[in-house]
Amino acid sequence: MTEGQHVQAILRLGDDAMVLGQRLSAWCGHGPILEEDIALSNIALDLIGQARNLYTLAGAREGKGRSEDDLAFFRTDREFLNHLLVEQPNGHFGDTVVRQMLYSAFALERFAFLSGQLVDAELAGIAAKAVKELQYHWEHAAQWVVRLGDGTAESHEKVQQSLHDLWSCTGELFDVDEVDAACQNAGMLPDLVAIRTAWDLRVNACLAQATLARPEDGWMKEGGKQGVHSEHLSYMLAEMQVLPRTYPNATW
Amino acid sequence: MTGSSQQGWPLWEVFIRSRQGLGHKHVGSLHAPDAEMAIQNARDVYTRRQEGVSIWVVPADAIAASSPDDKDVMFDPANDKVYRHPTFYDLPDEVNNM
Repeated sequence: MTEGQHVQAILRLGDDAMVLGQRLSAWCGHGPILEEDIALSNIALDLIGQARNLYTLAGAREGKGRSEDDLAFFRTDREFLNHLLVEQPNGHFGDTVVRQMLYSAFALERFAFLSGQLVDAELAGIAAKAVKELQYHWEHAAQWVVRLGDGTAESHEKVQQSLHDLWSCTGELFDVDEVDAACQNAGMLPDLVAIRTAWDLRVNACLAQATLARPEDGWMKEGGKQGVHSEHLSYMLAEMQVLPRTYPNATW
Repeated sequence: MTGSSQQGWPLWEVFIRSRQGLGHKHVGSLHAPDAEMAIQNARDVYTRRQEGVSIWVVPADAIAASSPDDKDVMFDPANDKVYRHPTFYDLPDEVNNM
């Protein structure tokens, strides 16, 4: 594992949290009910908190003086290394909770490993805090998937469609590229085959309880963690970054 | 908020036990489709600032309440019975939490 790969691995983790946190923030004030509005905003804030910690760590490991704000606001979409799943639009509430369930199952397993690895102690500390948050995100999202899937005929049909639409973004979660392989060999990142097994267990149990059919593993989109994104990300970043790019060093 | 999708969802009364507290205290109410979601909602709405370490939710319609009209009959007779307060003797140190 080179220093560059070490930094890239942490940036990928941070970008997943940042992009999904920003996506969920857009629900603030638009939740289906007050209670869920607060729940989604809480989850968004957890994720943005994780991103801040991970960006600060990535900046420190990189050693070029980049701050969390530099990494969040002054990189283009091609420099973001998040998975395609998290940048997908919010859609309707069912789309959002299915996306959240799929991601949280993955992130929970991944951060559980990170909290126990010994290669980067600071990363382990950040992960240990994140695991508690992610456990709640998983439970909340999975409970909603069950209620919508096993709810009315209309809600069942809608979340089944959400699952179908998002499924082609799930293959990338388990793709191993050079960075992953090097960091896995060094013991800093988990074996994605093991993560997949754990993810399957969680997701299958949730879908079974929700009476939803697991989609076939067909063609899968890829490229997010190498910086090749869907068209959705740059629009989201434009909105997220407009203020610091227009007024650098603005404070309030 | 958009829509009116909470139509038909039951109301739940929320009780939180604080870090220092011994008992659960009523903190408010919320709507949720079932008990499990009510606890999650209560966690998000009422414990965001570390208010508690334990949550109870109770269906609002399961609570039997005294009538405001009976207030005089129920509570006034206690007014002049100060001897019911345990203030006329010293508590031994071993007795905590009175």
